[in-house]
Amino acid sequence: MKKLLKYIKFYRKESILSPIFKLLEASFELFVPLVVAAIIDKGIAGGDNDYIIRMSLLLVALAVIGLVCAITAQYYAAKASVGFVTGIRRDLFRHIQSLSFSDSDEMGTSTLITRMTSDVNQVQNGVNLTLRLLMRSPFVVFGAMIMAFTIDFKSALIFAAAIPLLLVVVFFIMLISIPLYKKVQQRLDGLLDMTRENLSGSRVIRAFCREREEISEFAQKNAEYVSTQSFVGRISALMNPLTYIIINFAVIAIIKVGAVRVDSGILTQGQVVALYNYMSQILVELIKLANLIINITKSVACGNRIQAIFDIKPSLTGGIGRDEEKTEIAVEFKNVSFYYKNSPEPSLKNISFTARRGETIGIIGGTGSGKSTLVNLIPRFYDATDGEVKVYGENVKNYTLEQIRKKVGIVPQKAVLFKGTIRENILWGDENAADSEIMQAIYAAQAKDIIEKKDSGLDAEVEQNGKNFSGGQRQRLTIARALVRKPDILILDDSSSALDFATDAALRQSIRTMDGSPTVFIVSQRASSIMNADKIIVLDNGEPVGIGTHGELLETCRVYKEIYDSQFKREGK
Amino acid sequence: MDKRGTVSKVIGRIKKYSLLILLSILFAIFSVAVTLYIPILVGTAIDCIVSDGRVDFAALAPILLKIAGFTLISAAIQWIMGIINNRVTFRVVQDIRNEAFEKIEILPLKYLDSHPAGEIVSKIIADADQFADGLLLGFTQLFTGIMTILGTLAFMFSINAGITVAVVVLTPLSLFTARFIAKHTYYMFKKQSEVRGEQTAYIEEMLDNTKIVQAFSREEHVQEKFNEINEILQKYSLKALFYSSITNPSTRFINSTVYACVALFGAFAAVSGRITVGGLSCFLSYANQYTKPFNEISGVITELQNALVCASRIFELIETPSETENRADAAVISDVDGRVELKNVCFSYMPERKLIENFNLSVKPGQKIAIVGPTGCGKTTLINLLMRFYDVDSGEISVDGTDIRKITRSSLRKNYGMVLQETWLENGSIRDNIAMGKPDATDAEIVEAAKASHAHGFIMRMPHGYDTVISDSDTNLSQGERQLLCIARVMLCRPPMLILDEATSSIDTRTEMKIQDAFSQLMKGKTSFIVAHRLSTVRDADIILVMRSGNIVEQGNHAELLGKKGFYFKLYNSQFAK
Repeated sequence: MKKLLKYIKFYRKESILSPIFKLLEASFELFVPLVVAAIIDKGIAGGDNDYIIRMSLLLVALAVIGLVCAITAQYYAAKASVGFVTGIRRDLFRHIQSLSFSDSDEMGTSTLITRMTSDVNQVQNGVNLTLRLLMRSPFVVFGAMIMAFTIDFKSALIFAAAIPLLLVVVFFIMLISIPLYKKVQQRLDGLLDMTRENLSGSRVIRAFCREREEISEFAQKNAEYVSTQSFVGRISALMNPLTYIIINFAVIAIIKVGAVRVDSGILTQGQVVALYNYMSQILVELIKLANLIINITKSVACGNRIQAIFDIKPSLTGGIGRDEEKTEIAVEFKNVSFYYKNSPEPSLKNISFTARRGETIGIIGGTGSGKSTLVNLIPRFYDATDGEVKVYGENVKNYTLEQIRKKVGIVPQKAVLFKGTIRENILWGDENAADSEIMQAIYAAQAKDIIEKKDSGLDAEVEQNGKNFSGGQRQRLTIARALVRKPDILILDDSSSALDFATDAALRQSIRTMDGSPTVFIVSQRASSIMNADKIIVLDNGEPVGIGTHGELLETCRVYKEIYDSQFKREGK
Repeated sequence: MDKRGTVSKVIGRIKKYSLLILLSILFAIFSVAVTLYIPILVGTAIDCIVSDGRVDFAALAPILLKIAGFTLISAAIQWIMGIINNRVTFRVVQDIRNEAFEKIEILPLKYLDSHPAGEIVSKIIADADQFADGLLLGFTQLFTGIMTILGTLAFMFSINAGITVAVVVLTPLSLFTARFIAKHTYYMFKKQSEVRGEQTAYIEEMLDNTKIVQAFSREEHVQEKFNEINEILQKYSLKALFYSSITNPSTRFINSTVYACVALFGAFAAVSGRITVGGLSCFLSYANQYTKPFNEISGVITELQNALVCASRIFELIETPSETENRADAAVISDVDGRVELKNVCFSYMPERKLIENFNLSVKPGQKIAIVGPTGCGKTTLINLLMRFYDVDSGEISVDGTDIRKITRSSLRKNYGMVLQETWLENGSIRDNIAMGKPDATDAEIVEAAKASHAHGFIMRMPHGYDTVISDSDTNLSQGERQLLCIARVMLCRPPMLILDEATSSIDTRTEMKIQDAFSQLMKGKTSFIVAHRLSTVRDADIILVMRSGNIVEQGNHAELLGKKGFYFKLYNSQFAK
C-alpha cells in the first residue's frame, strides 16, 4: 500500500486542505457545549432574553460555518480520492500491459480484472473516508477532552481516564474480530466453491447418486460457517454495551465531582452540563472511528493486492535494439527448450532448425504437442528456457520488443476482433495503411465477400469479440489484419481451421505471391495445409520427431506417416 | 416482484424462532426506555446542583445509583438482544441456504442447463448474505429506531409541549434534504456505473487478448483509449462522490439548527420558569437523539427493501418445480442385462423446435451404439434421455423391459457408467474422486482401476500420490489427466452399461488407443453408448446413429451407412482430406 501513496502527491493541496477544513468544522462543533453553558449560566440565570437570542444566533452561525467547512472538505476529499485512483488505474493498466504471458498466466485474467475494478473502487472509498474522518474523530475526542480541561482540570481527569479506557475496549474488540471476520469470509468462500462445484458437476453427481452426501456436506459446512459467524457476532455485539457502560459511569463521575465543585463555588451548573455534553460527543465520535477503522483495514488490504500487481516485474524486457539487416537465414532455432512456469515437464525439447527468407515452414503434431508454443517464441511472447531463437542472425532478445514484433505478423488460434469497425480492426496491423492497402490485404485473406456483403463496407460495425461475424469470417479478417502489416515473417497458428479446403488453398496461394515474399510459418493439424511447405517440422510431446519435406517425412517419420494416413487413406474403400 | 408474497414467506421461515423474536422486541422496548430515561435522571441530577452552597447531595446520591443500575441492566440486555438477533438472522439464512442447496440437487437438469451457474451461485451466496444483513439491520435498528422516536416524543411532551412541537415540525426538513440530494445524485451514480461498466468491458476485452495487443505493438493506442474512458470516469465519479457526500453535512446542519431552536425556546421557557435547567439539558440531548433514528430508519428501509428483493430471488430458486418424484411403485433395478428399447420417442428442449420425433431403437445386451454428427448437433440429447436427466415428451424408453419412468432414478443411473467430455472433479483427494461411485472400495481396487485407465503413472508423480488433494479448478492437472481420472472412476464401478460422451477427446492418440483397449475389456458383453466426433473410433459399432441439427437422420452399421451415400458418407469423407 505504501508505494501507492505516491499517487496522492498530485493532489497534495486537496489532501491537506480537506482534513484542515474538516478540523475547522469539528472545532466549531466543539464550541457548541460552551455556548449552551453560557446560555444557562448567563442567559437563564440572569433572565437576559437578548443574551439568549444572541447566543442562539451564534449557534446557528456556528452551524452555517460548519456546513461551509464540511462541504469544502468533502469536495477536496472527493477530488483527491477520485484523482488518486484514476492515476493508479491508469498506471496499473499500463503495468499489466507490460507484463509477459508467463507473468499474467500465473495471475489469471479474472484476478487482474478484479484488482483493476473492485479493489480500486474500495481503495477510492477508503482514501475518501480517511481524508474526511481519520483526523476528525480523534480530534473531536481529544478536543472534547481539552475543552473539558479548560473548564475544570479536576473534572477533566475523568475524561483522561475514560477516553483511554474506551479506546482500549474499542480496539481490543476490533483486534479480535477482524481476523475472525476473515475466517468467516473464508468459510463463506468454501460454501461458494461447493455450490459452484455442484452446479458444474450436476450430471456426474446424479449419475453417481451422490446427492445426499453433497447435501449433508453442505449442511455441515454451512453450520460451521454460522457458528463462526455467531461467535464473531457475539464479540462485536459487546462493543455497544461496553462503551455505553463506560460513558454512563463517566457521566456519573462528572456529576458527582461536579456537585462537590459547584457546591464549593468552583464550577457553575452550566459548566457541568457542558462537561456532560462533551462526554456524549465523544461516544458518537468513537463509534464513527471504529467503523472508519474497519473500512480502512479493508481498503489497505485491497491496496496491498493492487501493490502486489505493481510489484510483479515484467520478466521479459526488450533488448537495446539492432540495425535492421536482412540476412539469408530468416529464423533459426538452436537447441531450444521451453518450460512453462512451474511445470516440471518441458513443452519443447531441444529444437533446432533454420528457415530461409521466403520459405514456408509447416508445423504439425497432435494437440498439446507444442506447435503453438514453438511459434510463440519467435515474436517473444515467451522466452526460450534453453537455447537461442534467432531472427536474421540476431538473438530475438537483442531486438527491442517493438522491432521484433514489427517484423512478425501473427494470426493467433483464437480469432478475435475488437469492438469498432472492420477498418479500425485491420488498421491494428498498420495504422498508416491506405484503403487500397487494406483492400489488398482483404483480397489476399479471401475476405472480399465479407466486405461486399456489408452495406457500409469497411465501416461495418464489429461487436465486442467480433460476435456478429462467423468463425470463418473472423479468421479471414484476422488474417487480413496480419497481412496488412506486410510482415517479414508471417505466422498462421492453426488459423484456417474454420476454412474449407479450397479457401485454405487459395489463401496459401495468395500469401505465396505477396509483395516482399514473407517467411511463412503454418501451424496446422491438417496435413493438406502444410504438405507443400519447404520444410515440415513434426512435433510429438514437444520433441521434434521429424524435419524435412513431405516426401522425405513419409519415408522416414512414423508419426508423420500416421497423421497423413489417418487423413488421406480411407479404410473400407 | 410479489412483495407481499415474499414477506409472508420470510415470516413463515422466521416463525420457528418467534419466541426469540418476542424476547428481542421486549428487550428492545426495555433498553430504549432505559436509554431515554437516563437523560432525565441526569437532568434531575443537574437540577440538584444549582450553585455554590445550593447542592442537594442527599437527593443526588440515589439518582446516581439509579443511573448506574439502569446502565448495567440495559447494557446486559443490549448484549443479549444482540446475540438473539444474530442467532435468529443467521439461523434463518442457514435454513434458507440449506433449502436452496438441497434444491440444486433435485432441480431438473433443464433448469440448470438454462440458467448460468454464476446466477444460481450468486443467489445462494451473495443474495443470502445481503438478505441476512438486511434482516439483522431490520431487527436491530428498526425496532429500536421506531421505539426511540416514539419514546423521545412521549418524554419530550411530558417535559414541555411547546418545544416538542417545534422539534417535530423542524426535523422532517432533514429527511427532505436527504431525499432531495439522493434524487439528484442518482443520475451521477447511474452515469458513473455506466462508465465503470464500459471500462470493465474494455479491460476485459484487452486483457483477454493481450497476445494480439502485444503482437501488433498496440499498447500505446490501447492505453490512450483506456485513459480516455478513465478520465470520463474520473469526472462522473467526482460528481457522484461529492454530491452524495453533501448529504451528511446538510442533515447535520439542519439538526444543528433544530438544536439552536431548542436552546432558544428552552432558555426562554427556563427564564419564565416553565422548565428547569436540568430539563433543558435533557431536552437538548433528546433533540440530538430524536433526529438520528430518522436517518437510520430511512437507511434501514432501503436495506430491507433490498433484502426482500434478494430473498425473492432465492425463493424463486427454491420454488422452481423439482424433478418429478419417483413413482411410489418405482422399481429398484440392479445388474441389468442391458436391453435398452426406445419406442416412438419424441423429445425437444423447446416445444417450438422439434428435435427427436418418433424415434425407435432396440439395443440388445452387449451391443455398442455410436452417436456421431458434426459439433453442436445435439449428440448429448440422447444421453440426457437415457440417464433420465430429461424425460421424454412422449413414447418410452425401457431398460430390460421396464419403462425407466417406473424405475427409481438412482438405481437407473447406478446401472450406467458415464464419462463426459467435460470432466468434473470434486474438491478432495484423488482417492476420493476415484471412489466416488463406490465409497467402500479398497485401496487395491482403486489402484487397479487407476492402472486400467492409465492414470496410475501420473498419480504416483503427484506430491502425495493418491492422497493429493485436487479440485475442479485445479490447474496442475491437464485436461487429459482429468479425463483419465474420470475414466478410472467408472472403471472402479464396473457398471452393466456404459455411456461415453467424447470421453477421450483431450487425450493424445497413443494413450487413447490404450484406453480404448481397457474400455473394450470393460465393455465386453456390456451395452455401451458412445458419442464420438472422430469417426475412426466407432467404425466397429453395432449401430451408428447419425445426428444432424438435433435430429437422428440415419442409423445402421458402418458399411450400411457408407452404402447409403447419405450424410454419414459425407461426414466420413470430410474427415479425410482430399
